[in-house]
Amino acid sequence: MSEPMLRLEGVFTNIAQYHILRGVDLEVPRGRVSMLLGRNGVGKTTTLRTVIGHWRAHGGRITLDGQDITAMPTPAIARAGVGFVPEDMGIFADLTVEENMVLAAVSGPIDSARLDWVFSAFPPLKTFWKSAAGNLSGGQKQMLSIARAMIEKRRLYLIDEPTKGLAPAIVATMARALRELKADGASILLVEQNFAVAKALGDTASVMDDGRVVWSGAMAELGRDADLQERLMGLSMEAR
Amino acid sequence: MTQAPDHAPKMARASLAHRVAPWLPLALVPVLAVLGLAAIPSLSSWLTLTISGLAMGMMIFIMASGLTLVFGLMDVINFGHGAFVSVGAFVGVTVLLMLGPMTGAPSLALNLAALLVAVIGAMLATGLMGWAFERAIVRPVYGHHLKQILVTMGGLIVAEQLIIVLWGPEEIYIARPEALKGAITFAGAALEKYRLVAVAVGLAVFLAMRLVLRRTRIGLIVRAGVQNGEMVQALGYRLRLVFVGVFMAGSALAGLGGVMWGLYQEVITAQMGNQAMILIFIVVIIGGLGSVEGCFIGALLVGLLQNYVAFLEPKAALISNIGLMVAILMWRPMGMIPVVKAK
Ligand SMILES: Nc1ncnc2c1ncn2[C@@H]1O[C@H](COP(=O)(O)OP(=O)(O)OP(=O)(O)O)[C@@H](O)[C@H]1O
Ligand SMILES: [Mg+2]
Repeated sequence: MSEPMLRLEGVFTNIAQYHILRGVDLEVPRGRVSMLLGRNGVGKTTTLRTVIGHWRAHGGRITLDGQDITAMPTPAIARAGVGFVPEDMGIFADLTVEENMVLAAVSGPIDSARLDWVFSAFPPLKTFWKSAAGNLSGGQKQMLSIARAMIEKRRLYLIDEPTKGLAPAIVATMARALRELKADGASILLVEQNFAVAKALGDTASVMDDGRVVWSGAMAELGRDADLQERLMGLSMEAR
Repeated sequence: MTQAPDHAPKMARASLAHRVAPWLPLALVPVLAVLGLAAIPSLSSWLTLTISGLAMGMMIFIMASGLTLVFGLMDVINFGHGAFVSVGAFVGVTVLLMLGPMTGAPSLALNLAALLVAVIGAMLATGLMGWAFERAIVRPVYGHHLKQILVTMGGLIVAEQLIIVLWGPEEIYIARPEALKGAITFAGAALEKYRLVAVAVGLAVFLAMRLVLRRTRIGLIVRAGVQNGEMVQALGYRLRLVFVGVFMAGSALAGLGGVMWGLYQEVITAQMGNQAMILIFIVVIIGGLGSVEGCFIGALLVGLLQNYVAFLEPKAALISNIGLMVAILMWRPMGMIPVVKAK
């Protein structure tokens, strides 16, 4: 087994006086989609924000492809090849779609072949290329947020609830885009509440509860085991 | 994926009102000018006052533009910004006095060359001072507004005292360069040459800033950083470094404003920056914190109103600007051109 793309070992994160992460152990294997699941408020977003460096880990170790990034500043982590799609999408509303994308291509001018690929995944971005990003619909903003991460090849993508609040048709578009990203060889850590999407996309899964990872294994295994889902995530029949 | 997606792109057609809204503040400038025309009995006085108001507005804009970005980018409240205005004025005037023969000659080219040297000297000095100010005074208090207010005010007091140590406690009188003295007559109105130059310089600074903010990557980073600094860093940009650059540029612009303001008043004092801070803050607040365009429009409004009211009812000049601030904040509580902040 080769070195995973991302590894968290016993990561602790405090926010103000609260102990939010209490020893998170997690791996994202190379070239795989790893789901990060769990009930609301268990620390999924906090885990992603700790990896990108928005929160500082107070204990434990985070390695990207073997390199220790625990104490690295956020811009350095990003430049080491981590693309981040935050839960709130982090769109620059006053900038145009184009300007958002230009900024996201940190290493220079946008590669036109890659841009065509992004447009094929998210056609509305081409249509509204010159519009202010703040005027996009919710789904289009989510597309832009993912497109910004996709516009350059990264080693690892951290994506927080890309289908939150979206209509089924757009959920399918997102899922298709993420599958293409994976086919491009990316390693992805994906937080997803839509269990059907999680089942369709995930290779491996980690389930969090109360600031820890309480179960990890193959997504297929979790997807098959209704009792396990019920116990870990409190999923009711309809949610499946 | 070749066929059109089922979520065919749609964007609600922005209603006319919605599309016009961002431009409304700009329209306030001519509206105010027309109101002034209605209130002021003679056309020539109105023209003189308008040019004088625009000149004053442009200078306030130059002094304030850096402050609005500093606040927008890092949420830093800098009460010490006026220090750069005073220091800029003293350095610039000192250089001008040393270049006496050039400013005294009746040649526009020589005068402007001397002015340019003075301005460069002032901007270099205040830019460097900004760098030191950011490191020593602002950096230790990131994220703490109350401490920022106290510490930056302290910085201002120290700067004023240093000016007094270096240049003495007396105000310094300064004559404008020969070719910029006097006025030209246009449509029966006397328009001071210096004010016309100030308008031109202010306009040039504004257009240059807009160009940098709209057309360069660093400008994009600054605009994005004002909205969501965290995301800018997550894309891989070192926002802190950008901020230091913006702080230095803003300080240098305040220095430029100081030189221009000093020549406008024809006298400089260690307290002049502090005194200008009231108008600077009004302009930054009514413009919308972090908005260069808002700051520009706000400065023109303040300059015009100040001049019209000072002519009509001298005692009401400062009150009128506070009234303007109240009125604008009642209309748009976040300022005329509010920056869309994340979270
Ligand atoms: N800025 C903050 N200040 C204080 N507490 C916070 C902050 N951010 C998150 N928390 C707390 O940390 C805990 C974990 O939050 P987090 O956002 O990581 O959960 P999550 O698993 O992503 O939840 P969701 O599924 O609702 O997005 C929650 O109890 C939350 O209230
Ligand atoms: Mg979350």
